[in-house]
Amino acid sequence: MRKLALSLLLTPLALPAATTGEALFRTHCAPCHGPKGDGGRGSNLAVRNLLRAPDDAALSVIVALGIPGTQMPGTRMTDDENRQLVAFVRSLGRAPATPIAGDRANGERLFWSKGKCGQCHTVGPRGGRMGPDLTEIGTRRSPAHLRTSLLEPEAEVPETFAVYRRVIFTPDNFLQVRVVTSDGRQITGVRIDEDTFSIQIRDYSDRLYSFAKDELHELQKDWGKSPMPGFRGVFSDSELEDLIAYLAGLQGAK
Amino acid sequence: MSKLLTLCALACPLAGQVGYERIAAGASEPASWLTYSGTYSGQRYSALRAINHTNVARLKPAWIYQTTDLNQFEVTPLVADGVMYISEPPSNAAALDLRTGRPFWTFRRPVPSDVHTCCGQVNRGLAILGNAVFLGTLDAHLMALDAKTGHLLWDVTVADYKQGYSITAAPLALKDKVIAGVSGGEYGIRGFIDAYDPASGARLWRFWTVPGPGEPGHETWAADSWKTGSAATWVTGSYDPGLNLLFWCTGNPGPDYDGGPRGGDNLYSTSLLALDATTGKRKWHFQFTPHDTHDWDANHVPVLLDGAWRGRSRKLVVNANRNGFFYVLDRQTGEFLAGKAYARQTWASGLDERGRPIPLPGTEPKPDGTTVYPGIHGATNWNSPSYSPETGLLYVAAREEGTVFYRATAEYTPGNYFSAGGMRGIPGVEPSGSIKALDPLTGAQRWEFMLHSPPWAGVLSTAGGLVFGGAPEGNLFALDAATGKPLWTFQAGAPVYANPISYEFLGKQYVAITAGRSLMVFSVE
Repeated sequence: MRKLALSLLLTPLALPAATTGEALFRTHCAPCHGPKGDGGRGSNLAVRNLLRAPDDAALSVIVALGIPGTQMPGTRMTDDENRQLVAFVRSLGRAPATPIAGDRANGERLFWSKGKCGQCHTVGPRGGRMGPDLTEIGTRRSPAHLRTSLLEPEAEVPETFAVYRRVIFTPDNFLQVRVVTSDGRQITGVRIDEDTFSIQIRDYSDRLYSFAKDELHELQKDWGKSPMPGFRGVFSDSELEDLIAYLAGLQGAK
Repeated sequence: MSKLLTLCALACPLAGQVGYERIAAGASEPASWLTYSGTYSGQRYSALRAINHTNVARLKPAWIYQTTDLNQFEVTPLVADGVMYISEPPSNAAALDLRTGRPFWTFRRPVPSDVHTCCGQVNRGLAILGNAVFLGTLDAHLMALDAKTGHLLWDVTVADYKQGYSITAAPLALKDKVIAGVSGGEYGIRGFIDAYDPASGARLWRFWTVPGPGEPGHETWAADSWKTGSAATWVTGSYDPGLNLLFWCTGNPGPDYDGGPRGGDNLYSTSLLALDATTGKRKWHFQFTPHDTHDWDANHVPVLLDGAWRGRSRKLVVNANRNGFFYVLDRQTGEFLAGKAYARQTWASGLDERGRPIPLPGTEPKPDGTTVYPGIHGATNWNSPSYSPETGLLYVAAREEGTVFYRATAEYTPGNYFSAGGMRGIPGVEPSGSIKALDPLTGAQRWEFMLHSPPWAGVLSTAGGLVFGGAPEGNLFALDAATGKPLWTFQAGAPVYANPISYEFLGKQYVAITAGRSLMVFSVE
């Protein structure tokens, strides 16, 4: 009852702000975070707790400055617009979540057995390190996005980053690289870091390499490529639902 | 001479008097670094040659000074008589012992919480003249500090920061004036360049970079758009003592991306201004990007050099512009002599015979985005170029980076962000950068050293045949000035947003540059 009274009090106050906030969201945020904010190339914002923004002040800073080392750019606007946008983004997480039909427990079994997802992906303490860590994937990506990733992995691989950089490390996007050393060795793996003079790579056998670029015969970057197989036809429709339910339920370390 | 200075440095470390004559003859005093670009010519060249291709590989840190502020540390230090004078973010200053990096004094000044800066609370350096150093602040004050103690000598309000003005550029000290430019091009300011009396802080003249009613150029702004026309003056200019001309570049017109409400060429935005230093009157102007809608400030330091132009020696000013073109002008008259694209550009078919760009259709920002090279940060930016009289080459830190430009509408409210649009990177393209060596008379590229990402560090060339620079991934480096071959690298551990300098102390040459929160000083053992 107390909760209900509170939301009744807040709603009329929040409404006009959300109207302008929504317009700002459509312009600045929806291209990556989706028209409903439930994620696309950008993370799912329609969640109760945003991992990077524990409170409104933190969210306000992220809107203004972006997140260094990611594809999230800063967007300059007036203080008032910033406040309205923050209020709107917060309202997304208050909408009731759409229930997910699948069987989570079966999804977890499929993840570790038939899908062999754990060979490359980590969940909590378990799994491989080649692909992105999925421990918190349910807070970052919507079920629709997860479905696309499972059926057409390359549709969801970030293509680049081009944000104003304040950090020296390479953003945590996924880029497959192939190198040929001057003595003829060929190594394929994931770029971990890179600068003008060197590149660091993890190969698909989990070995770490550091190369001086002037010692490489060839350096090939496979933008938009993913070594992940598509699972169309591998899983039945109901298995796919179960797997999505499992992934959507991954909300971070317990 | 340098022995004498050295002795003085040890015996009386804070006795320095940096008179105008010393700055004007700065090229013959390479042990010091007396003004933002080293000399008035904007060349950022050091005649020191002790560090050269035979020993640069052994360059090592001598000391490191760390600021405590989290904003970018963009200072170009000044060096005179055993002391290094620096500004620190947001609007602080310090004098450091050249032997150890320990501060002789620090000047701390809190900045109001509601200052408006587009791109971080930064400061790029000080000016020195006589017994004072001069500091511009984020709340748009200009201050004189006692060079020996850091005590405040005077403090004047240059502009109202609540209207969006700020100062991030190093002032420029002339014989009897301190020149200050302002930032705020994304806040609908009306730009200007000011001159102040070094002794009292009294304002001597102001040149409005957006002409008011009745002034020439006013007709290049539709309706009342001149009132919020911006044309900020946020990069320190150059000076020709012989001609008594000040060369200062101006920034984008406001609002940045929506040219609709400001029909016309929008003078003197995105221009190079030649002003009489005594009166502040305009001698000539050259506009690089008439009616700019891509935020292409003309914010590269104008480089003054004398060259043989079609058989006769001419006084030139050259500029690698943010819009992707390189320009050669006669600095006495402003006459356009040559121009050429020096980086990837997709917005103009070229320059006409007077140097005016010929824009291609469909390159204006649109509500659903227009992809254009150069991008929002330009083909280069505020980070300084360098000209070496020894190689005869101009060195530019260039950006290979496009942008998707979005146009929106913006309503002006004082002090608030006023850009009318936005930008994002081009999907599928990882931007890169390079250090380019250009023929300063034609813009033709002689060599190029590729960088992993677009640089925010300027370059320094030296008589040791070297070009120093830095990269966003923390690499500091020295290149062979003749070939571009890398000869030294050092991982500084943080992005480099600064311009290198060189100086001599106790008979040894040093190179200094900031990276992250560190000011690093290098020498060869």
